[in-house]
Parts: sequence; structure tokens; C-alpha cells
Amino acid sequence: MQIFKKTTNFNFMGGRKLALIVSGAVILVALASIAVRGLNLGIDFTGGTLVEVGYQETVDLPKVREALAAEGFSDATVQHFGTSRDVLVRLAPRDDADSSAISNTAFTAMNKLVDGQADLRRVEYVGPQVGDELTEDGGLAMLYALIGILIYVGIRFEYRFAVGAVIALVHDVTVTIGIFSLFQVEFDLPVLAAVLAVIGYSLNDTIVVFDRIRENFRKIRKGSAVEIINASLNQTLTRTLVTSMTTLLVLIALFIFGGEIIHGFALALIVGVVVGTYSSIYVASTAIIMMGISKDDLMPVEKEGAEVEENL
Amino acid sequence: MNQYPLWKNLLVVIVVLVGALFALPNIYDQDPSMEISGTRRATVDETTMARVTQALEKAGVEAKGISAENTKLLVRFRNSEDQLKAKEAIAKELGTDYNQALTLSPDLPDWLSSLGAEPMYLGLDLRGGIHVLIDVDMEAAVEQAVERNSGDIRTLLRKNKVRYLRVSREGETVVVKFNDATKRDKAEQLIHSEFRSLATAMSDGGGDYYVRATLKPAERRAVQKFALEQNITTLRNRVNALGVAEPLIQQQGDRRIVVQLPGAQDPTKLKEILGATATLEYRLADTEHSVQDAVNGRVPPGSKLYYERNGQPVLLKKSVIVTGNQIIDASSGIDQRSGQPMVSVRLDGPGGNRMRRVTNDNVSKPMAVVFIENRVVTRMVDGKPVKHRTKVEEVISIANILEPFGNRFQTTGLDTSEEARDLALLLRAGALAAPIEIVEERTIGPSLGQDNIDQGFMSVVIGMVLVMIFMAVYYRVFGLVADLALSMNLVLIIAILSMLQATLTLPGIAGIVLTVGMAVDANVLIFERIREEIRNGNTPQASIQAGYAKAFSTIIDANITTLIAAVVLFSFGTGPIKGFAVTLAIGILTSMFTAIIGTRAVINWIYGRRRVKALAV
Repeated sequence: MQIFKKTTNFNFMGGRKLALIVSGAVILVALASIAVRGLNLGIDFTGGTLVEVGYQETVDLPKVREALAAEGFSDATVQHFGTSRDVLVRLAPRDDADSSAISNTAFTAMNKLVDGQADLRRVEYVGPQVGDELTEDGGLAMLYALIGILIYVGIRFEYRFAVGAVIALVHDVTVTIGIFSLFQVEFDLPVLAAVLAVIGYSLNDTIVVFDRIRENFRKIRKGSAVEIINASLNQTLTRTLVTSMTTLLVLIALFIFGGEIIHGFALALIVGVVVGTYSSIYVASTAIIMMGISKDDLMPVEKEGAEVEENL
Repeated sequence: MNQYPLWKNLLVVIVVLVGALFALPNIYDQDPSMEISGTRRATVDETTMARVTQALEKAGVEAKGISAENTKLLVRFRNSEDQLKAKEAIAKELGTDYNQALTLSPDLPDWLSSLGAEPMYLGLDLRGGIHVLIDVDMEAAVEQAVERNSGDIRTLLRKNKVRYLRVSREGETVVVKFNDATKRDKAEQLIHSEFRSLATAMSDGGGDYYVRATLKPAERRAVQKFALEQNITTLRNRVNALGVAEPLIQQQGDRRIVVQLPGAQDPTKLKEILGATATLEYRLADTEHSVQDAVNGRVPPGSKLYYERNGQPVLLKKSVIVTGNQIIDASSGIDQRSGQPMVSVRLDGPGGNRMRRVTNDNVSKPMAVVFIENRVVTRMVDGKPVKHRTKVEEVISIANILEPFGNRFQTTGLDTSEEARDLALLLRAGALAAPIEIVEERTIGPSLGQDNIDQGFMSVVIGMVLVMIFMAVYYRVFGLVADLALSMNLVLIIAILSMLQATLTLPGIAGIVLTVGMAVDANVLIFERIREEIRNGNTPQASIQAGYAKAFSTIIDANITTLIAAVVLFSFGTGPIKGFAVTLAIGILTSMFTAIIGTRAVINWIYGRRRVKALAV
């Protein structure tokens, strides 16, 4: 089976102005949302206490809220987690009690709501200083990953490719985080890990395209840079789509069957893979064209010598 | 034609076999079991084994097996009911001389365990348990060292009859004040030659002369390193006394300690025991001065005002007879005479000698036992974390010395038996060298752990089946070969995780799922190239050759960059993130092997030796 019977001939780069406008607009929306709405950060970053309780039967959230308010937790966020028998409670840090007392009090109050024994499934407490460090470390990790990639691609290809790859990555990361901000999906530690994995995936895609562009620059004598890049994108198109498809298949399986805890993680990757597929075609290639890449930039030094001889 | 040399085929076969062998332990069931280990007072030997066997017989519990492993005894049971019954029976027989911990151990056949094969080490989010991240208060450790130094400087100057006006501590500096320069110079020389760890500086102003002594940077680091190491040892002792199997106590960064207790379910108790800094100090009471004056603010030099638990003020001498650090063993019980809970204590050599000398000189004078506890809590003040330190010092008993005593004695005055038991545990385990604070805590219930395993396993299987169907439909024979490689890849990932005993977490499973999706990428690249070559009119054999050759550098480049991201994740990550990074990195490496070398071996075997008209790709 094949998606396309023969090598396609789409004029991807012809639409690069439109792509530029679309990407620019999406990035602006993402940045504006991050600036205005911010991220719905999980307790990994903000600090605080989280308690997950499993009941035998369905339980009404207002009742849980009431019970918690009676214990002085009127600011608690209460929600169902996965099923209507599971309740997740987030408590802000409190000055008058330490973490264990907070989670104990909350659980006792929630346990009293039902006749049977409720199941304390999970307690997480993160101190304020740990959250701050994590935010800083997370940002640094992203920066280090980008620098490492910039250097590797710079050495293996050429600096414009490295810059192009990093622009595509920044694009993907911004859009992914932007979507978490826009829809106020909780951004926790696993989601941060997923965003870093998006960097890895999106890059993978971009490198495959760049590899073909490099090969074609050396092989195809005729044609402008734009034409050669177009040909390269078409030649790698099936692969790009097939790999995105298999990755999306497993991610959707993870999203549906992996349980509530992994939802944010799977969602970040799904968004990242879709955006990453688009960006490796449009953003990365557009970027290197705009930086004025030409055939001469990729001719290996030895080969140039050999060509001169041939021409003589 | 397309044929691999013998060694390459052998390599593939051997890797696959070894991988399968080491992945094998993961399919065996786990037995509920109990680990018995000795304490300072007793070791595990053949008699222990006999006693355990007897106790089990008496309780009517049949053990599946008892084996000695290093210094531990492992007893396996058929079900968790037997396990709980046995715990009671064995605890009764062995008493507190041994630690017992409930655990799960895989029921491996002997030949497999003799190879050293073990199942994967599951993280807390999969098996349930408590994770605690502890911050060691390094600034307090340094301050304590400076405090000790200021005491030593006082003693040194007094011994050498150098008169000083005042010794005080300003942050991390000891400041000694003199009224003339010659005394000051002499003191500086003394301090300089006696304390190699201190850097001294002299200054004067307003008719006063000062020596300032600060810890040298190397010494400061040494103090902090010692505090951290000492705390790790102490925490390990405390955790072992709690009786949890496979506890993990590990340094993280330069001031943090991670404690992980798989299977443990009571975080409140754990935090009390871990965080407690309770210790005892023995001091003589100051009977020469008025307590009432001291309460009104005129505390005589050399003495300090304390309060009993009932609020009664007591004046005690500043110099300590012995501290908790000199206690080498402690146990709790009930005092025969008073019927009160008590802690019976044994001191080390120097401590015992000192106690003997002091009590000998002070018969019929009162001596007090001070209970000391440090607490640190970080709170947000104006958006910035601020550490609050509180120190509780209470006199728990004060009594006249009836007769001189040495290194063994009892202390009463505690409110409950439980307090006595906890205090004995803390004294036994040793004191913390610096106050600690719990900055992160995660408790996962066993039901959630099992759910996570089930859901993780389910998504791996479903994701993989979907990908396999897709590949088989899309690339036919080549797709089936890729599917074979994908299954091998999964076996290899599990084998390597088992061999490294790296922790498998839920994000780790997500990493495996992601690798499954991305592992076929290498095959997609190769197969698309082969199709291209065929379209360009090349022969099937040449197309296979060229397809693999041309895709190779692309695959390497693409995977190395992903590997860079994985390494960054690993180096920055905490527990769960690390688990993700590890499986991602292992998955990338194994997938390159199976997708490039593995599939090629099979493709060569199918197509390599004969003339082929068309490829099923």
C-alpha cells in the first residue's frame, strides 16, 4: 500500500509566505495567551498539596467542597479525576500547619462523607522552594537542549541549517505551550518532560528533511534552491506522514488507555507531533531559504576539486 | 548478493537470545515475602533461621521457602494473608532485636536467579510507596560548627590565662574582644596555632581590640560535606529501624537527600521519625543562683534558664556533661519503681568516663535531662521562601544524683510509652548533624500503583498492535520484518532495564510507548528509500543495498539529536522525568540495532540468496 503512487510534486515552498503568516499569527496568539492567561501550573511548580481519593461509589463534588470548607480549606480546588468515583483536591500552602497535617485533615474530612472506607490513592506535597527551582531548571534544560542541538546540527550540516532547526523547535515548543495556556490544561512535570520530548521528535523530522536537502543540493545540478528544497520535501513526504502517523497511533493509545495521570503528557506530545510535522515542512525549510542558503554552501571541499577537473 | 557475514548473523542471534533471557524474569509472579535483618544487638545466623521456622510452625503458617541471603533472611509465603500472620508470629519470637520488612520477591527458577537475572525495578508510582525529598540546612550546620569553635576558643584562652572581654558569634564569624593590643596579639597567635581550620584577622576601633576568626573555605565545605554524610547515615539507620524493604536513601544535588520507601503507606509516621531531631543532653543544675532572678532577666553567666514540661523554670549549668551523640545504644521500657515509661541508655567510652567523674564529684546534687528538638519550616513571605527555625528545649527530668554511675543508666520523665519508644529509636539511630526539612513528599497508594501498571501495560500493547498492523498493511513482507524488529526492540528495552536495574516509572512506560512509535521510523526511512530505488529502475537486490546504505546517515543524525534531548532530560530530571529519559535513550539505541542490523539480517535471509523479481515492500 502507498499513500502516493509516485513521488509527489507539491509546491510546498510556493506557499511559504502563507505559512509564514499562519505561523506568525499562531505564535502571536500563543505568546499573547502565555502573557495574559499564563499557564495553569501544577503543584510541581507552584508548591502545595494534592490529595487524590478513590470512593467506592460516585460522589458529588459540592459535598466534598463543603466538607473541606468546614475544615478551613475554602480555597481548595476539587475535581473528578478520570472517573466520578475519583476526586482530586488541590490545597494551597498554609502557614499554620505542615504538609502532613494538611493532607491528613483533608483526607479525614473527605473520608467522613461516605459510610465505607475511602481509598487514599495519592498525596503529593511540594515545598515552595522546590517549585521555584523546577521552573528554573526546566527553562535551563530547554535552553541546554537547544544549544546542544544547535552545535550538533551546525557541525554536521551548516550554521543556517542549525538556526533553521532551532527556529522550528522554538516554534513547536511555543505553540505546544501556547495551547496548554489557551485551554488552561494543567502544566505539570510530565508535561514539561513531554515538551522536551517534542524537541527531540520535531528535530528528528527536521533532520530527515535537511538530510535530503543536503543530498539533493549535491546531486541535482539544475534548479534553484527553492526548487531543490521543494523536491526534497516531496521525496520525504511519505516518510514524514507515515512516521507521524505511527507516532500518533501510539500517542492516541496512550491518551485513551494510559490513565488520567498521563493525559497531559500524551496531549502535549500529540500537539507537538502534529505541529512538528508541519514545522519540518514549512518552518525549517522556509527559514533556511530566508537565510539565503545556496548550493555552494553544501558542496564538500574535496568534491569541488573533483568537479573542476571534470569540467576541464 | 545481499548476505551478512556469519559474525553479524551470530551477533543478532546472540543479542536476541541474551535479551530474551534477561527479559524473562519479568513474566514470573511475585511472592509476598518477609525480609529479616539483624540490628546492632543481633545478627542473622542459623539459629535465627531455626527460631523463625519454629515460630511459623507454632503459628500454623506454611512458608513457601526460607533462604539466607547475605546478612538477611528471606521468607516466602503463598499469599499475603500468610504473610501478615507470619509477621505477627515472627515479631513475637524475635522481638526488637531484628528488623522485619514485608516485601514482594519474584518466584524465579534457580537457574535464572543464578544468572543474576532480575525483573525490572518498579518506581514508586507503579508499586506504591512514599517518596520524600529532604533539604539539609547547610547554613545551620556551619553555624553549629562556628558555635562549637567559639566555645573552644573560650576554653583555650582561659586555659592560657589570656583575659578577654567577650567572645561572641556574628553570623559565621567568632569575634573576641580585648581591652589591649598585646593580649589580643597573643590570643591571635594561640588561635592561629591551635585551630588550623580557622582564618584569623585583627582589627581595632573605639579603644577595643578584636580578633575575628572565620572558617576557611575548605573547612566550611568539609563541615557541610560531613553534615550531609552524617545525616544520610542517620536517616538510613532510622529508616532501617522502621522495617521497610528495599529503602532508597540517596544524595541528590549538594544539599538534598531522597528517601524512597516502596510499599510504605504511613507518611505521617515516616515524617515524624525522619524529621525528628530529638536528642538528649545531661546537665548539672545550678543551685548557687536564684531561679527567680533568672526569670526576671538576670541569668548568671555560665548558666541558662530552662523550663520543665509543666512550665516550672529551672536554672542549669551551660556546660554539658554528655550529649545524645555519645549515646551508642538506647531501648525503651517501663521503670520498675515508678511505673513510668523510661529510656535506658548506654554511653560510649569517653561519655561514660565523663559521666562517672561528674556524678562522683556531685553526689546528692541535682542533675537534669534536657530534651531538645529542632524544627525548620519554610514559608512564603512576600513571595520569597523564608526559613523559620524553632528550637524546643525542655527539661524532662531533674533528680538528685543518688550514687555515681557510669555508662549505663535510665532516664524517666517522658509522657507516654510511645514517646519513650520513638526517643530510644532516635537515640539509637544517632542524631542529625544539621536540621532537615521535608521539601517534597509523594505518597502513592497501592491501588493507584497497580492501576498505573495495568494502564501503562495496556497502552503499550494497544499502541504496538496498531503500529504493527499499520506496518504490515503498508509495507507487506518488509512491514512484517519491521514488526519482528519492533517486538525484539521491546524485549531488548525490558532486558536492559532489568540488567541496569534502572527504575521503571509511569513516564518511563510512556517513554517506551513513544519509542515504539518512533522506532519504526528507521524502517520507514529504509523502506521508502528501497521503494524509491525500485521506482528509479534498480534491481531488487541493488535497491535493498542502496536503501539501507542511503538511509543510514539520516537515521544516525536523526537519532543522535533525539539522544541529545534525552541526555539533557536525564541530567536535569528528578525521579519520574529521569525514568522517561532513561527509557527514551535506551529505546533509541536498541531501536537503531533492531531496525537497521536486525531487519537487514532477516531481509537478507528472506531475499538475499536468490534471484528476486519483485520485493513485497
